Amino acid sequence: MKRIVVVTAGLSVPSSTRLLADLLGDAAQRAVEARGVEAEVEFVELRPLAHALADHLLTGFPSGELAAAIEKVHRADGLVVVTPVFSASYSGLFKTFFDVLELGVLDGKPVVVAATAGTARHSLVLDHALRPLFSYLHAVVMPTGVFAASEDFGSTVDGDLQKRVDRAAGELATMVAGSHAAAPEPARKTVEDEFENPTDFETLLRRASEG
Amino acid sequence: MTGMQFGIFTVGDVTTDPTTGQTPTEHQRIKDTVAIALKAEEIGLDVFATGEHHNPPFIASAPTTTLAYIGAQTKNILLSTSTTLITTTDPVLIAENYAKLQHLTDGRVDLMMGRGNTGPVYPWFGKDIRQGINLAIENYALLHRLWTEDVVDWQGRFRTPLQGFTSTPRPLDGVAPFVWHGSIRSPEIAEQAAYYGDGFFHNHIFWPASHTRQMVALYRKRFAHYGHGTEEQAVVGLGGQVFMNKNSQDAVRIFRPYFDNAPVYGHGPSLEDFTEATPLTVGSPQQVIERTLSFRDYVGDYQRQLFLMDHAGLPLKMVLEQLDLLGEILPTLREEFAKVRKPGVPDAPTHATLVEKAGGAHDSTVYAAGDTATGTSDRDLDDPEVAAVIEGEL
Repeated sequence: MKRIVVVTAGLSVPSSTRLLADLLGDAAQRAVEARGVEAEVEFVELRPLAHALADHLLTGFPSGELAAAIEKVHRADGLVVVTPVFSASYSGLFKTFFDVLELGVLDGKPVVVAATAGTARHSLVLDHALRPLFSYLHAVVMPTGVFAASEDFGSTVDGDLQKRVDRAAGELATMVAGSHAAAPEPARKTVEDEFENPTDFETLLRRASEG
Repeated sequence: MTGMQFGIFTVGDVTTDPTTGQTPTEHQRIKDTVAIALKAEEIGLDVFATGEHHNPPFIASAPTTTLAYIGAQTKNILLSTSTTLITTTDPVLIAENYAKLQHLTDGRVDLMMGRGNTGPVYPWFGKDIRQGINLAIENYALLHRLWTEDVVDWQGRFRTPLQGFTSTPRPLDGVAPFVWHGSIRSPEIAEQAAYYGDGFFHNHIFWPASHTRQMVALYRKRFAHYGHGTEEQAVVGLGGQVFMNKNSQDAVRIFRPYFDNAPVYGHGPSLEDFTEATPLTVGSPQQVIERTLSFRDYVGDYQRQLFLMDHAGLPLKMVLEQLDLLGEILPTLREEFAKVRKPGVPDAPTHATLVEKAGGAHDSTVYAAGDTATGTSDRDLDDPEVAAVIEGEL
């Protein structure tokens, strides 16, 4: 069973960001299952975690539901992340969630980046803001990002939103379902990894003296 | 002082009292810290620990000066640190300063190693913060040798080499001060404490219990792995944070403005949420007793409980009142913890227990070969030629 987690940062109800997240979640599930592997899709809505995220910035630790959301992301085989565009970039809420993740949580994780806005003029936000962010976090960003302006939820001359959704989902599914998939040996051990499998002291000593 | 130790730890922050707008001067805060330590001895606490910081708003630089001054005015209380910056302080200076303090206070000293809370401290002392863990590991490896070996040859990555170096004074009675390793969220430090068979102290007050449980469990498991004893024989300390009033509603009412404006977590979660998520206890003395006893449920029987009492701008008068209340519940805390303590759990380490473990005290003075100024010589007096020359000179 492969786990796809969709992180979505829409603020309004209903939210076009959530709408796009749903499209991507469904498509990813279909695409993984089309490759003969079972898949489940879980959503992480950031709006209800807004207070907990602000608290985390101040206290340094995640409270209950936020801790559970982070754990979900940590355990995911593949991620879809969707943000509304605010002032020419991802929203602050969206960024905060990824700011509080510990180093290594996204290492080697396949990610589809997606964004929504009122106008297609913001579409480069995928490549100018989201892609560098997830590259920095050592995620493996799929070649196809999905941007949806309001007009894309109808039919447009620029082509079918669903086609872009399916292409991105297909790329993600290939990584997630493939045996040789993304997940190479993660470069960094997280704190949780250390609890399960501590680095022995001789190694720590050697690392200290050799760098 | 057997079984479990209770004490207080301070970070030495100069913080505005949010209810009056008044901020103490450095001088006032330094004197207040001493008053708090003396009060800790008066109410029968076992440990007073001070932090080490090198920047405003803290007055906690030069910790051994503070501890020596307190040591001169007290008889029983054990003086410790919370924490000693093993990353940016030369281990040779730590070895010298704390061994000296050990002699001056007749062994009432131990230390807690830590990595600090201010990034620029690293470059201020010529270090690289990205090497934080590596510095903690290599520097302590040297410190450990300086205290256990009379003559040390050393070559490492972070400090200039030593050839035939003897750190003076040698530890009192030939026994190094006990060392705790403090960490909030670095499993490597738990591993380090376990490797040496040293104590592990979890700050506890900034993270939920579930995390403290994991850190302590890791330390205990690895302590046993390295052959120092069973998991139950590992030496564990915890932080805690309390504010008391006979009437629990009054405790909440009085403490809330301090909580809401506290430098670390202020303007964040509500007092109620933070109390639920962390060990912070604001309420009646009975509530503090019950909450503190509950720590044992997730870390096992442990050796040291330190409370943070002077923070968030609380005025001295209020801190001293809090300590009086802590003094009142202290006998109950001792009694209740002793009742449930499993047999075979070690007592908190003190100089006396360490000396006993080492098979008794022995003076460890390293006498130099000598020199002409002190009447001996660094030259071989058995060599008649040398002796003749020296006699001729004299």
